[in-house]
Amino acid sequence: MPETSIKSRPVYGTLAPQPGTRHILLADGDGAAAIVDLARAAPPEFFERAHIITAPAAGAMAVRAPLRALAPAVLDETDRLAAALSRLAEVLAGAGMGTRLYVAGTEGTIGQAMQVALDAGVELGAIATEHRGSRARRVQCAHCKTFIDEVTTQPVACSGCGLMLFVRDHYSRRLAAFQGVCVDAEEPGSAPTPEEVFT
Amino acid sequence: MSAPSIAVRVSEVAAVTPLVKRFRLEPESGGRLPAFSGGAHIAVEMQDGAHRRRNAFSLMGSPSDTTGYVIGVRRHDNGRGGSRYMHERVTPGTMLRIAHPANLFPIDGRARKHLLLAGGIGITPLVAMAEQFARDGQPFELHYAARSPEHAAFADELLERFGPAVHTHFSAQGRRLACASLLAEQPLGTHLYVCGPETLMDEAFASARALGWPEQSLHRERFAAPARGLPFAVRLARSGRRVDVGADQSMLEALEAAGAPVASLCRGGACGQCETRVLACDGTLLHADHYLSAAERGAGGKVMPCVSRFAGRSLTLDL
Amino acid sequence: MTITFRRETFRDDYNFSNSAVGIRRFPFPFDRDHYMYAVNIEPHVKGHPGTIYESLIDVDEHYVAEMQDRALVLAEDPLRSQSLPHMELAGWDLLELLMEQLAAGYPAHFELRRSGKRWRWVNRPLGIDDTFVFGAASTLPYGPMEYITRQAQGDFCILDQRDGNLWMDAGMVTTQADWSLDFDLGMNFMEWHAPVPRAHEMGVFDRALKFMLNLGQGQPMRRFNWTMTVNPRLDTSPETYPKWGPDRRSVTADNVGDKVHLRVELQSFWRLPRSNAIVFPIRCYLIKLEELVTVPKWARRMHRVLRDLPPDLVDYKGLTRWRPIAVDYLAAFDDGAATSPGIWPD
Ligand code: HEM
Ligand code: FES
Repeated sequence: MPETSIKSRPVYGTLAPQPGTRHILLADGDGAAAIVDLARAAPPEFFERAHIITAPAAGAMAVRAPLRALAPAVLDETDRLAAALSRLAEVLAGAGMGTRLYVAGTEGTIGQAMQVALDAGVELGAIATEHRGSRARRVQCAHCKTFIDEVTTQPVACSGCGLMLFVRDHYSRRLAAFQGVCVDAEEPGSAPTPEEVFT
Repeated sequence: MSAPSIAVRVSEVAAVTPLVKRFRLEPESGGRLPAFSGGAHIAVEMQDGAHRRRNAFSLMGSPSDTTGYVIGVRRHDNGRGGSRYMHERVTPGTMLRIAHPANLFPIDGRARKHLLLAGGIGITPLVAMAEQFARDGQPFELHYAARSPEHAAFADELLERFGPAVHTHFSAQGRRLACASLLAEQPLGTHLYVCGPETLMDEAFASARALGWPEQSLHRERFAAPARGLPFAVRLARSGRRVDVGADQSMLEALEAAGAPVASLCRGGACGQCETRVLACDGTLLHADHYLSAAERGAGGKVMPCVSRFAGRSLTLDL
Repeated sequence: MTITFRRETFRDDYNFSNSAVGIRRFPFPFDRDHYMYAVNIEPHVKGHPGTIYESLIDVDEHYVAEMQDRALVLAEDPLRSQSLPHMELAGWDLLELLMEQLAAGYPAHFELRRSGKRWRWVNRPLGIDDTFVFGAASTLPYGPMEYITRQAQGDFCILDQRDGNLWMDAGMVTTQADWSLDFDLGMNFMEWHAPVPRAHEMGVFDRALKFMLNLGQGQPMRRFNWTMTVNPRLDTSPETYPKWGPDRRSVTADNVGDKVHLRVELQSFWRLPRSNAIVFPIRCYLIKLEELVTVPKWARRMHRVLRDLPPDLVDYKGLTRWRPIAVDYLAAFDDGAATSPGIWPD
């Protein structure tokens, strides 16, 4: 879990079964194990009403097998996060009240899945999250608004405009991103050398 | 601090059922009343002889109509007397003073669908909501539970006005409202608004929670009609005065009548505005609000005089 | 009241300045010789003629130039004005509030004629004469919030109230002290205030939020906030930081009185009737230090506040690079005499 920080920085929990008529679980390769852990506490009928969507590295057999063993009502195995997110949007478009969402994985996965869910009308209270895996951040450049995925360094060069960005802890749920602000605006050229900090 | 009150004239009184009357209030000096939002209420001030009463009533007219406010009042014979006063003494032409509208039961505009559940006189704020949804083209469904058609004030008008969006459930006809099955079939993004007896509101919330509805989608109005109580007295620490609180008066009303007003908003124990410090208490504070936490009640240092009372030897307030 | 509007700029040649009358009516924010965060909220009631409280929505000599500057910002970056779909009703509330306040406060400049839902709005300084249907967005050139806030000084945040919190779900923000509406849109009260040092721990935000949630219709409230800006630039946004950031190195002992500005925000809060939302106008007033020191009480007090400001607040407000130069400049106007209570000139 990332260290305590300012109040806009997301706080993640531990997945646990919630009351609900339908359970949608989305995980990336790192997060899949959190679903397996949740299963230990789940009542027997939980997975009869469960729909699991997995993304990237979950394609690896080592991750797939334990999820298949849970025998969810539906198991969607995709090979990219983008595919998993559009699958999630489709499923939510036809969903009803009582649907609960569980997301596990990196901050980028959690943030983008929440973004899809909030857009579909899911309330925050119906979403449970658990952070697993790297601490790489999704960052939006405050200046050219480009989103930069998998940021591990402080500062980071914007892939859109090239400015060196300081990665703040200030986080937007709507954009699913941390804010990146030019680090050497006052004295161009004075940016420090990037260091690996979000690992 | 409170905004100045507004002078209104009662322009219409109609008996809707044997227990419910509808009143229309228009600005005394002509012109417009402040606009309001569905779910809002007003505090009505009644000068009953030497006694000044204030009751909160939900606004049930269309939020688009600012030429007058409509309220529906159910007579409570064992209440504090405000509804009885409205029923017996208020006639067309009566002048009253009202506060600006306030909303403790607001609509969530993000909802994909609004599901309204009324029991009895709890229908009133939901009527204004339905008017607002109809005006703004937002999907809604109104379910109205009552013992029988005779007890369902305004049901005919609602059916006429909103047609298929309105569903009645009369228990005497064996058609009780089945919360659980209704709630099980709602699309994602539905918000629930319940108003009526505590039992109905508790049942609806319990069903929704069991089905997995998140708290953000659940909304309820509380009609905290403070029960008639025993008289008691309070001491005001700053002036050393003693104020008597009558049996059919709230502590807040007694303080106002004694010229020691406390800021108030909801007058129903929900908003926190009237929070008053207790300096000494030899007896029991009878907390009736929804505002103070269990810990704050336990500590005994605060009271909400709009709804709470006192029993015992002496109570000293920081006033 | 008829106002003579100045021709001036808040960018490029920066020829903004205040008239003598403008200086006297400046809202100096410090009522004592030191500054710390507090829940400094009071009723927003009318005050004396000749002060910024003469009307609850203040229009001053900078009106036309500020509206031109806003139009330039929006042309470059339309995301400075945003309204989530459920906030349109609040936009109409705001339109009504501002039109009524402007027409009542400045009848020589603004006029509103309502006939049922058909409204006619005349804004003489900006040459606008529009007829539209209240509630029908298609009858206006922009959404209701954007339409009216292109004609009103100051930034506007509209907060939706739900779940025991306030949510910044709409706004027009082009004169901000280094925060981004596009980034903060959709956040709640605690989240958008997250970057502020100290105040969370002091309990300022808990108490302020509780108060705001209870805000009553017809009882607007207000508070001041302040910072300082190099050059009279209204648009100090994170988006454009690379443009204005280098200015912070341009302050010298020779130019400090002209370059460094006290930037005061008069923030008011109003409960909006139809939507139950709250609108938070953030009205920005600028004054050059050399204008400010013409009022001896303000000069003394500004010196003491800036000299003794805690380092975390200095950093947060972005004053670090040039503060010593400004403190030295102000010291020359501080003879050590006592200052009178309150914010008004002696
Ligand atoms: C509800 C309406 C309000 C809005 C929309 C609002 C908005 C903001 C924003 C956007 C910031 C900048 C945060 C950043 O650095 O990114 C800020 C700062 C701040 N706000 Fe608020 N605010 C509101 C109400 C209040 C209230 C009622 C208080 C009362 C104490 C308050 C106290 C502060 C303080 C102390 C700062 C730091 C300012 C500085 O040091 O320059 N705010 N506010
Ligand atoms: S007036 Fe609202 S709690 Fe007492």
